Amino acid sequence: MKKDLLILGIETSCDETAAAITKNGREIIANVVASQIESHKRFGGVVPEIASRHHVEQITIVIEAALKQANVTMSEIDAIAVTEGPGLVGALLIGVNAAKALAFAHQKPLVPVHHIAGHIYANRLVTELQFPLLALVVSGGHTELVYMKEHGHFEVIGETRDDAAGEAYDKVARVLNMPYPGGPHIDRLAHEGSPVIDLPRPWLEGSYDFSFSGLKSAVINTVHNAEQRGEAIAPEDLAASFQASVVDVLVKKTVDAVAEYGVKQVLVAGGVAANKGLRSALEEAFSGLDVELVIPPLSFCTDNAAMIAAAGSVMFEKGVRADLSLNAIPGLEIEIFN
Amino acid sequence: MTILAIDTSNNPLGVALLQEDQVIGEYITNLKKNHSIRIMPAIQTLMEDCEKQPTDLTKIVVAKGPGSYTGVRIGVTIAKTLAWSLNIPLVGISSLEVLAAAPARRFEGYVSPIFDARRGQVYTGLYRFENGRLTTVEPDQLAMAVDWAPKLAQLGQAVLFVGNDVPLHRKVFEERLGSKAIFANPTEQNPRPAELAWLGKDKPGEDVHTFVPNYIRLAEAEAKWLEKQGKTLNG
Ligand SMILES: [Zn+2]
Repeated sequence: MKKDLLILGIETSCDETAAAITKNGREIIANVVASQIESHKRFGGVVPEIASRHHVEQITIVIEAALKQANVTMSEIDAIAVTEGPGLVGALLIGVNAAKALAFAHQKPLVPVHHIAGHIYANRLVTELQFPLLALVVSGGHTELVYMKEHGHFEVIGETRDDAAGEAYDKVARVLNMPYPGGPHIDRLAHEGSPVIDLPRPWLEGSYDFSFSGLKSAVINTVHNAEQRGEAIAPEDLAASFQASVVDVLVKKTVDAVAEYGVKQVLVAGGVAANKGLRSALEEAFSGLDVELVIPPLSFCTDNAAMIAAAGSVMFEKGVRADLSLNAIPGLEIEIFN
Repeated sequence: MTILAIDTSNNPLGVALLQEDQVIGEYITNLKKNHSIRIMPAIQTLMEDCEKQPTDLTKIVVAKGPGSYTGVRIGVTIAKTLAWSLNIPLVGISSLEVLAAAPARRFEGYVSPIFDARRGQVYTGLYRFENGRLTTVEPDQLAMAVDWAPKLAQLGQAVLFVGNDVPLHRKVFEERLGSKAIFANPTEQNPRPAELAWLGKDKPGEDVHTFVPNYIRLAEAEAKWLEKQGKTLNG
């Protein structure tokens, strides 16, 4: 009988210090996340230096908690997977160096993981992946369409040219005087209003790329113009209109790419996958199609280390290894492994 | 007893292994290179050369700052993780104290270790070797070099300035202290990881989970936020 593969995942790319352990890349046996969101709220966004300081405070605590939760010791762990990038460099460095120290102390293989690969593989904790597949990755830092013909193969077919979807959400929320992080507030508000305000749909015809910065400016202009005319705009209508525009673009591009690439599965990944408006629009768009739509539960959408362990399991089996010179790479591109 | 000492708090990267009363290995570079890439391989190589396994280690001693925020964090993260996962004590020592230790041993007078902190500022403190041990006369602090120099001049005794950044502030110290300002030789400007190990040798272990660097300074955003809170509170 084949022994179970136990991977310890470590993730510190932004404002969550996280450690998790997966069994065979499919099953979570520990999942610990220390969120810093309360600390960063004061500043209306993540402050990199403060994020790095919090990671140092939390790193050994979360790793220990993960081992305890799984009831395993380091000697039973087969490999350590860690987010190499992309993300905030100072934040990534904490996870990378902790992982290296751990790998050295216990003579374990070290597996570098791309953060987006992690988000995609969060879906494998829900259901087995069916290739070829398409992943729509939407978060505070990313808006990407990734085509996968097999495990470990990532081909970015569309990406954001400016603001990520989540970033646009946060900026629009600020215009509407909502607390950070604004995404969930806009989503909630959007459900109370109707999309009656005419906002642009940045289609970028002939490309799967995204651009939300123009849309964000249109929202800001709408607010300013109304203020100058002394008119009141219902914030819920503005939120609904903005959300409708973002969701229209995300859904249309995903549907088009699914048709062109003939995939079996569509995965939704990243923090914005928690957005109810996006979820229901995708469900509607794919309800009549012969493609499986996978949307992970909310807790797998935001940053966590189970997704890093899940992706790390696949990379480990593909023979991907790092040595002790592994560095954090803030602008890391997702690679194609063959 | 085998102690591993790690210092990545400034440009010098240092690793040492102390076994009983012998320094069995020491590695230092003074380069503007990425500590994150080089420190773990340096530890690995030194330990292999000294034929030591990670499980042979009995204590980790780390330079806990002040210095480059990122640099200090790399060393502290590695030290915390090693100490926690090997279940051995962790001791943090001031990065300035490490720098002062070696030259202070042979110097009759005060030692002021210096790290440049930009815009005319220095991270410094005042140390002295007394009764066979290094003692702190003035705690580590962030100061304008032009304010620190007259304070030292008032002592009326010789002060040894040590550190690779001293040349940046040498003129200020010479002007205020005259012949009482003594400058270390280039061979003494790097903090010695062996001294770090030695300084931590007999100190009790600290709580590993809550151990953090001594940045001396608040993060800029935090300082501004506190200032704003203060203004709000004071009307
Ligand atoms: Zn993420």
